[in-house]
Amino acid sequence: MTFLQIRDVHKAYGDADVLKGVSLDVAKHEVVCLIGASGSGKSTLLRCINALEPISGGEIRVDGDVVSGQGVDVNRLRRNVGIVFQSYNLFPHMTVLRNVTLAPTMVGGVPKAQATEHALALLERVGMKDKADCYPESLSGGQQQRVAIVRALATNPQVLLLDEITAALDPELVGDVLAIVRELAQDGLTMLLATHEMGFARDVASQVCFLDDGTILERGTAAEIFEDPQEERTRQFLARVLTAGRL
Amino acid sequence: MSDPVTAELSAAAEPSVPPTPPQRVVPAAAIALAVSGLCGLVALSALWSLHSMLGSPASGVTVLLGAFGVAALLPLVPALRAFNTARVRGRFLADGDLAAARAAAARGRDQSHTALGYALAVLICAALVWFATANDGAISRTFLRWEFIETAWRSVADAFWVNVKVAVGAEVLVLVFGLLIAIMRLLPGQAGRPLRWIAIGYVDTFRAIPSIIVLYLVGFGLSLAEVPVVKDLPPIWLAIVALTLTYSGYVAEVYRAGIESIHPGQWAAARSLGLSYGMTLRTVIVPQGVRRIVPPLLNDFIGLQKDTALIGVMGVTDAFTQARLTASNVFNLSPVIVVAVLFVVITIPQARFVDRLLAREQRRAGRPS
Ligand SMILES: Nc1ncnc2c1ncn2[C@@H]1O[C@H](COP(=O)(O)OP(=O)(O)OP(=O)(O)O)[C@@H](O)[C@H]1O
Ligand SMILES: [Mg+2]
Repeated sequence: MTFLQIRDVHKAYGDADVLKGVSLDVAKHEVVCLIGASGSGKSTLLRCINALEPISGGEIRVDGDVVSGQGVDVNRLRRNVGIVFQSYNLFPHMTVLRNVTLAPTMVGGVPKAQATEHALALLERVGMKDKADCYPESLSGGQQQRVAIVRALATNPQVLLLDEITAALDPELVGDVLAIVRELAQDGLTMLLATHEMGFARDVASQVCFLDDGTILERGTAAEIFEDPQEERTRQFLARVLTAGRL
Repeated sequence: MSDPVTAELSAAAEPSVPPTPPQRVVPAAAIALAVSGLCGLVALSALWSLHSMLGSPASGVTVLLGAFGVAALLPLVPALRAFNTARVRGRFLADGDLAAARAAAARGRDQSHTALGYALAVLICAALVWFATANDGAISRTFLRWEFIETAWRSVADAFWVNVKVAVGAEVLVLVFGLLIAIMRLLPGQAGRPLRWIAIGYVDTFRAIPSIIVLYLVGFGLSLAEVPVVKDLPPIWLAIVALTLTYSGYVAEVYRAGIESIHPGQWAAARSLGLSYGMTLRTVIVPQGVRRIVPPLLNDFIGLQKDTALIGVMGVTDAFTQARLTASNVFNLSPVIVVAVLFVVITIPQARFVDRLLAREQRRAGRPS
């Protein structure tokens, strides 16, 4: 069953067309990886799905409801669709716990005690429970990113969007964060993630999409894309990634 | 190094780098000595004329002036030391110890610069003393007559309470009103456009009009026009309203800068969690922005406090009005000096507080994240 439906989405910044008709279906419990060169529009697509950017054409549906365009309750949409950013974007003036409980208590209407309990349980899962009362600046990048994932999960989203969440991390911290995402995938969370970690994409993805210059040039299972790419551009991209040692 | 060309190059390059010679010290030391001697003499003669102006002062005062005289000659010490260091430098140079000579040269120039800096400070102080004693002391008699300061002190200090009340009242209102205008100015989208324009118009207008004119117009205009409620306000409240109008314009811009300095990722993160625009402002953006704006905000507040000296134009008796009254009675400006001193006294702690905050920000910014 298709849960997230993206139909011919266009996005332009002024004169620059960044997305030129992207269509993509994500079924429940599916993990879709977006790969592609820098500037191909991966982040833009994720930001459009979360309505952080208005789209210039096409349609996005979540669970059958149109969520793009005018007259959409974006705040309700965003409770169903969580996003984690490359640069964590934790709130520096709040403790880890407050970062996580902010949205459930303020917009979800969850009582504080219950939100705290839920937050601590989630933090425990990612090994951050003992840091609940710390401020983000005292955490390492990997720890901050784990908190950011928990913060996005705290509102119980139906889909989680992950935008290169390990790109800003030191190599030895990448593993911890990816392990958490892998666990979420096993639990059946629907995810759409942009990544440069090809090995990881191969492990978790049920579908891999190669984004090139604002369109999805090629899509298929991880095996199809990585072992037997059909498009010349895909082959070039994978070859470049391979020489950079990321496959 | 197997490459013959490279080997040749490096062999040639090594002796061709000349050793850095130690800098010269004697010229700097000579200038330092001359300047500090001259400044010392000027200061001594200024002190002497002060002493004769005072007639036959108490021996305590004479001793104090003497101590100042000695202090005025202190810059000679580092200047003389610089000469000594110059000798040391010469000895090291003769021994061929270039590194030690360079170190001595740096120290000697440092000493010369220290002497110069202190000598110039002495000169400035001497100029102030000259100014006070000029015209056979007419200047200090105009501004600093103790008996007038003593008589005016009570009434002026009492009236200064009015300034303090107006300042504090206006500051509280400005904090609220300025934030409202800043938020109006930052409203997003088509829907926010008319309110944005109003906010921009407000800031443009009230930053442009001199506050003394706003005070005048509010003080007389509102009651002349019989504006309901406002016309019955006591004048001190009108003063608060007028200064709030003016300074909200400045403070709105300070708030706006603070809000806009927050990284857009904070907006994205908060909105992506489902927080509305208003919630995001209230819980994420403004709390972070406010921390950064305290220093510029306090600067504007110091400006506001000083402008309370203008509220006399609307018929409120503040410290300055009171002091002018007393001054014209005794035909001497000493009472006005009392007001000036009071303003300095309340401003200095705030200025130091701002310095401390700025220093803390600097340390924070300098810290690698
Ligand atoms: N706010 C913006 N204004 C104008 N152009 C933008 C803006 N944001 C992104 N772009 C442009 O859109 C294009 C796609 O950017 P996007 O961030 O989606 O790429 P990406 O695939 O995520 O790249 P990367 O792998 O480097 O993160 C780029 O050419 C970029 O310059
Ligand atoms: Mg990106």
